[in-house]
Amino acid sequence: MAEVVAPPAQAVAVSGDLPVGPVGRRGNGYWGVGTLVATEGALFAYLLFAYYYIGATAPAGWVSETHPPLELALPNTILLLLSSVVAWIGETGVLRRNRARALIGFGGAFLMGLGFAIVQGLEWHAKPFVLGDSSYASLYFVTTGFHMAHVLIGLAVLAALFGWTLLDYFSPRRQLAVSAGVIYWHFVDIVWLCVFTTYYVTPYLGFGT
Amino acid sequence: MTPLGYLEAAGERAQAVLPLTWLTLAISIAVCIIIGILLWLGVRRAASNGGAAETRAIPIDRGSSGVRWIGIGIAISAVPLLVTLVWTMVALADVSGPPAHPGLTLDITAHQWWWEVRYDAAEPDHTFATANEIHIPVGERVLVRLHGGDVIHSFWVPKLTGKTDTIPGQTNLSWMQASRAGRYSGQCTEYCGLQHAHMAFEVIAEPPAQFEQWRAHQLAPAPRPATPEQTRGMSLVEYRCGACHQVRGTQAGALAAPDLTHLMSRRTIASGTLPTGPGTLAEWIEAPQALKPGNLMPNQNLPQQQLTDVLAYLETLK
Amino acid sequence: MREMRGVDFRTPTIGADSVEHRARLLDLWETAPGLKGLLGTTDHKVIGIRYIVTAFVFLACGGIEALIMRLQLAGPNHTLLTPQQYDQLFSTHGMTMIFLYASPILSGFSNYLWPLLLGSRDMAFPRLNAFSYWIYLASGIFLYVGFLSGNGPNDGWFNYVPYASRDYNPGLNEDFYSLGMVFLGISVTAGAANFIVTAFRTRAPGMSIDRIPILVWGTLTASAANLVVIPAVSLAFFLLWMDRQFGTHFYDSANNGQPLLWQHLFWIFGHPWVYAIVLPAMGMVSDGLPVFCRRPLVGYSLVALSTVATMILGFGVWVHHMFATGLPGLGLSFFSAASIVIVVPSAVAVFAWLATLWLGRPVITTAFLFFASMILLFVIGGVSGFMTASVPVDWQLTDTYFVVAHLHYVLIGINVFPVVGATYFWFPKMTGKFLDEKLGRWNFWTMFLGFNLAFLPMHITGLLGMPRRVYTYADGMGWDTLNMIISVGSFVFAVGVLLLFINVFKSLRSGAAAPANPWDAPTLEWSVPSPPPPYNFAVIPTVVSRHPLWDGRLSESGIVSAVDRGMLLDQGKETIATSPMDASPEMIMEMPEDTPAPFVLTVGISILFVGLLLKVWPLAIAGAVVSALSILVWLWPRRELREREAAHG
Repeated sequence: MAEVVAPPAQAVAVSGDLPVGPVGRRGNGYWGVGTLVATEGALFAYLLFAYYYIGATAPAGWVSETHPPLELALPNTILLLLSSVVAWIGETGVLRRNRARALIGFGGAFLMGLGFAIVQGLEWHAKPFVLGDSSYASLYFVTTGFHMAHVLIGLAVLAALFGWTLLDYFSPRRQLAVSAGVIYWHFVDIVWLCVFTTYYVTPYLGFGT
Repeated sequence: MTPLGYLEAAGERAQAVLPLTWLTLAISIAVCIIIGILLWLGVRRAASNGGAAETRAIPIDRGSSGVRWIGIGIAISAVPLLVTLVWTMVALADVSGPPAHPGLTLDITAHQWWWEVRYDAAEPDHTFATANEIHIPVGERVLVRLHGGDVIHSFWVPKLTGKTDTIPGQTNLSWMQASRAGRYSGQCTEYCGLQHAHMAFEVIAEPPAQFEQWRAHQLAPAPRPATPEQTRGMSLVEYRCGACHQVRGTQAGALAAPDLTHLMSRRTIASGTLPTGPGTLAEWIEAPQALKPGNLMPNQNLPQQQLTDVLAYLETLK
Repeated sequence: MREMRGVDFRTPTIGADSVEHRARLLDLWETAPGLKGLLGTTDHKVIGIRYIVTAFVFLACGGIEALIMRLQLAGPNHTLLTPQQYDQLFSTHGMTMIFLYASPILSGFSNYLWPLLLGSRDMAFPRLNAFSYWIYLASGIFLYVGFLSGNGPNDGWFNYVPYASRDYNPGLNEDFYSLGMVFLGISVTAGAANFIVTAFRTRAPGMSIDRIPILVWGTLTASAANLVVIPAVSLAFFLLWMDRQFGTHFYDSANNGQPLLWQHLFWIFGHPWVYAIVLPAMGMVSDGLPVFCRRPLVGYSLVALSTVATMILGFGVWVHHMFATGLPGLGLSFFSAASIVIVVPSAVAVFAWLATLWLGRPVITTAFLFFASMILLFVIGGVSGFMTASVPVDWQLTDTYFVVAHLHYVLIGINVFPVVGATYFWFPKMTGKFLDEKLGRWNFWTMFLGFNLAFLPMHITGLLGMPRRVYTYADGMGWDTLNMIISVGSFVFAVGVLLLFINVFKSLRSGAAAPANPWDAPTLEWSVPSPPPPYNFAVIPTVVSRHPLWDGRLSESGIVSAVDRGMLLDQGKETIATSPMDASPEMIMEMPEDTPAPFVLTVGISILFVGLLLKVWPLAIAGAVVSALSILVWLWPRRELREREAAHG
């Protein structure tokens, strides 16, 4: 930033060419989705705090399943993590003006996310406990339920990105919605990692059993 | 004169905190006075008094940096803070930890809106329950095990001990000790519903011999009724009051409400709300909702004869 | 000029102000007339004033609730109120003051002032701004429908379980409160996100991070905290609602739930929250007091840093609300120590203000009196807090009127008094009229004397053991006379607040006209007309110091800030976005037109919450659908905001 001194000794900021509106990832919307991730991330932090706090102060044998079945949950987790990669591929499609790649990326991530949701629904159905059985059951269903709500919102976001790509809205310059939306999807995945570790892995390590 | 005041202590545990309380109070008052004077003198220096015109009339001046005054202020403030911090840790250690060899152990369960007090003993048939009035021997450290009955309450006897909550699902430990004989007021101090305001209790410290007498007396079951009135009264008590209350030695054996076996030995009823006596007892039995609205005892509305019989019986429960 | 709209890069034209230029900007920025403008405006000044007015209305409601309570408590064994009525009153009073007044009033002033202080034409997210107000209004109405229908909260503002659970509280009271708080949390979060991005992105060129006003530091710090702690309280209330309505077991000990989970979640939010409702107000004092001392603030950097430090430490003290719950000694010691240490950064501001006063040339105006007197009230509230920080002392003080005295000194002393001072200070800017100085003095003295008469004796009733939250008390406890004095004082204080409202109404009608810079103050808002035009700044200012309008008199380098020459940015509804730390121009921001989407979204969310409250699921689903569609419309990429290219087939 150069300063041009004009009488009476006023410093007036001048600049060269400035972008009009967001370019690529540089824009207020990026900051905005960052605040969204911060606040929703905090929400899940508190949900997991509730799990660890109740588990640590409850009598032994608190977890309803000392060895939570991983046959569905582990592949499902991998599916979700891969969907992040696919969504990222979609984003690179926008950045490289490859419409087909973008559509495959967003559509593919959508289908994989949908698959995750369906499989999780099946898992819920197969659990030997229901919401009101115990504090463990309540925590399990409400936490995975909150996560599922975020997955559904993420699916809506991916669907919107798919539709908007179909309408040729995006280009390497104008694609802030894509970056923001894909970041949200990555966030949903990272949260799942934490939830999965807490509910499916720590019992094997002895917590709450 | 100030039954719930705590600027005087009557026992070890409360006494251990008193000097620290006075110290922090003195520091606080001193700080307020000093800052108040600094502020007052600073304002009195005002160049003028008025509105926008008077403000504009005084030219802007950068003035001296003044940052070191902040440093000086912080440095001076740090001293009482540090002293308080260290003294707090010492006092906390003094008042903490349940006594290793308590002279007496009480199991207290707080209910909406009364205090269930069980006297523990080595022999199971030497334990008994009473309500709202706690007797302890002078000089002994008394272990208090606090149980949550329904919602969160808090156990507080200002002149003997600080507050400890009763929380459902856990047992909190507190202890108290009275250095001299006397009556010490207690109060529930965690909002617990409609009659939180009327959930007081009393701790009566007595010389050990007197305490043992009281304890032996409390252990005894209710005496047999002597007159036909009292007999009718006992039946009524068993039949009606027994739905919630216990009178040891009769068929009334429910544990939802205060134990009445030695009702008349207590100075107050309804958790410190009214003095014990035939008049207040009658008022209470007929319409407890008028005296303590929302409490869990329904109005009895007994016909006059029944009321007289019940009172006659209850009067024997000394 | 329209052909410039498709251009992706541009060098902003530098120029001077002119009549034609202002006319062009007015055409671009002014709010649409009629209903469209009413429901759709994104002008931060309109939104700010709506927040302020609504918050003052809730202040009055909470005050009336308090006065009724004080009538009941003026003497022993009064029967004006039943326990049910009293319990709803004290709970609603707390909820109203802490959630519906204390934070929104600061959001209102910040919303109004920030773009003007920062040299910007609006906040970073204008539609989100409108949305945060509508949600605040809707959730406030939701909560008050509960109270006015006899279903107000009745378990205190911090609402402990198990008393809040269905077993002990079967009516709608706790459902109104739980859902209402989740509802309100949306507003606070949206506002927090907006403040954070605005602070870092939309400042005038040259306004590096060490040149922003302390009010901005205060609200920014509060917003960063709110962003990560509001989820704790929203979750706490949501889990309570689940326990009550769906048979879950988060809090009930009979099924391995944990009553203390509520307290931890609540206070992890609650303690940072009480700093969030005072730090911005402290910023108002830090910005306003120096004007009436005719010099810059002493120790700006220390004050800015101590603001942040206080909040950071504020995350680590929440257990001091739980000292009596039976936690182990080690934990108690840590939190006690942290609670004593936090006095240090809070004290920095006090010494800075006193130094500014002593090293300046004070002028007594009504605003000055409110700003100066709060220093004393702050200290009184601070020392009573210091006393309760010591665990063994707290075991005697907690849950007595001593704490009631403490919290009112900190909340009224560090929020209300600065807010009233801010009203006298900025009213001329907002309305173009002065508040009456003479009436202002009556206002001040009545409030100051009434407040101290009401709340100073509470320290004593507290030390004499009077418990909190009791609807009546017995005689012979030593409290009778003191309570009568307290009740009288509260009415005197209420008259003082009434005088403020009277002054506002009177001055709106016939107040003396105010120029752009009536107080000869240094910050950018005083360089624009009173009241400001919708676009705030005709040209974007460039600043070289913390006190741009005093540069001519204070600058040592001879270089001064520029306010009448700068970027014109008149090719559309635009302002400048700058880099976070040193505010170099980075991007020309296109701002959205007025839109009803935030309002419609609020309607959808309201329907959702009513459906949840009444457990009428079709209604809840309808609300969710309306909300989802509104969000889609709102976020639909727009060409004029440069969010997308032109669509093809």
